[in-house]
Amino acid sequence: MQVPAPFEYERATSVDHALELLRRFGPDARILAGGHSLLPMMKLRLATPGYLIDIDGLAGELGYIREISPPTPEIRIGAMTRHRALLQSPLLSRCAAIFTDAERVIADPIVRNRGTIGGALCQADPSEDLGAVCSAIGARTVIRGPDGDRVLDIDDFHRGPYQTAVRDDEILTEIRVPLRPRSGSAYEKVDRRVGDWAVAAVGVSLALDETGDIAEAGIGLAAVGADIACAEAREELIGRSPAGEVLQRAGAAAAAACSPVADQRGSVEYKRHVTGVLTTRALTRAVARAQATAESEG
Amino acid sequence: MQVTVAVNGQEHTREVEPRLLLVHFLRDELGLTGTHWGCDTSNCGTCVVLMDGEPVKSCTVLAATAAGHEIRTVEGLETDGRLDPVQEGFRAEHGLQCGFCTPGMMLTARALLDSRANGAAEGELTDEEIREAISGQICRCTGYATIVRSIRWAAERERVQTKEEV
Repeated sequence: MQVPAPFEYERATSVDHALELLRRFGPDARILAGGHSLLPMMKLRLATPGYLIDIDGLAGELGYIREISPPTPEIRIGAMTRHRALLQSPLLSRCAAIFTDAERVIADPIVRNRGTIGGALCQADPSEDLGAVCSAIGARTVIRGPDGDRVLDIDDFHRGPYQTAVRDDEILTEIRVPLRPRSGSAYEKVDRRVGDWAVAAVGVSLALDETGDIAEAGIGLAAVGADIACAEAREELIGRSPAGEVLQRAGAAAAAACSPVADQRGSVEYKRHVTGVLTTRALTRAVARAQATAESEG
Repeated sequence: MQVTVAVNGQEHTREVEPRLLLVHFLRDELGLTGTHWGCDTSNCGTCVVLMDGEPVKSCTVLAATAAGHEIRTVEGLETDGRLDPVQEGFRAEHGLQCGFCTPGMMLTARALLDSRANGAAEGELTDEEIREAISGQICRCTGYATIVRSIRWAAERERVQTKEEV
């Protein structure tokens, strides 16, 4: 029987209340969002917080997906938004399909009813999917602390496996997804069965310029090493036409740059190979989506 | 700490440790052993209960978190001595052999049929939808075929009943 170590428990009634509780309990406190990353860690005693601040009650306040108009068009996602809501969002499916792709293969439908985007990102498991999604699409994170909000690029938010830039007295409140013209994105994952961690997974996002060349690109890798953002693959893309051989080279660059470890999910060679194939495959789909978007935008 | 959890329409108050998981609250504190306890790692899905109508894995929800939500367990499926159409379907189509996964499977089926009744999707319920809905649950006996048939049986029964009511 797996039982978490004893802890003291408080329910937060608002973000401000959560911040006050974090201040009162200090570094031994953890935020409990949907519980589907943290509770399994606690049951294995890999996490043993002395205090748990349950923000289940903030699912209303921090559960939203909304579009913000120009001057900086973006989608704002509340940190308590559950996987299921991300999967079912018509806005994300239309403007940031990488989320829809990924959510189809994150855990299983029942886990997706509880798990949240904020919880997943703050757990920062190197095999977790939304970290790669947010890195690929160039998301920004809003972190609230005693002195108010600060906004961090996702690649500054991630500090390594199980580590983020969120300080002991802070809470992640929002994820901001930029909306660029002529853009497309996609997510590809290979796993052994429903609900298992990825063997390898790749998220990509790109924007085309007016001539149809690749103006901007992001590649995020999951389960194949500590580095999520893959600059080597990105460099193969910027300024080039999105032709098949260019996407192949980007895939090869991702395969060479990633650093998987051998485990029961596969050898290093296999995971590298899968990473390369998935990168090219995701890029091919993202290019098609970007071209379709460019056409509809006129 | 003291928690009050509404289970099958009735509130239950108990003095528990904050670390108590919902599955153990239901089984050990309330004696509702219809909710089964399996892998303990949110994989197998035998501990599924409905929380505000949505299936959740009760081995990965604190009893303290469940306070303030409506919990429905397999014991809450029948009403006034009449089986839920989902239960009837599992009987009619042999949806169980050993029965270990059955409570969770039936509750997920109930939520699936309810969400469709509330307009989540239109048209006839497909096997693909059913298989997707139960993909977070494991059955080692049936190969899933009879479970899918049982859920389809229940969907058909409810479709006919709704028609008759109209």
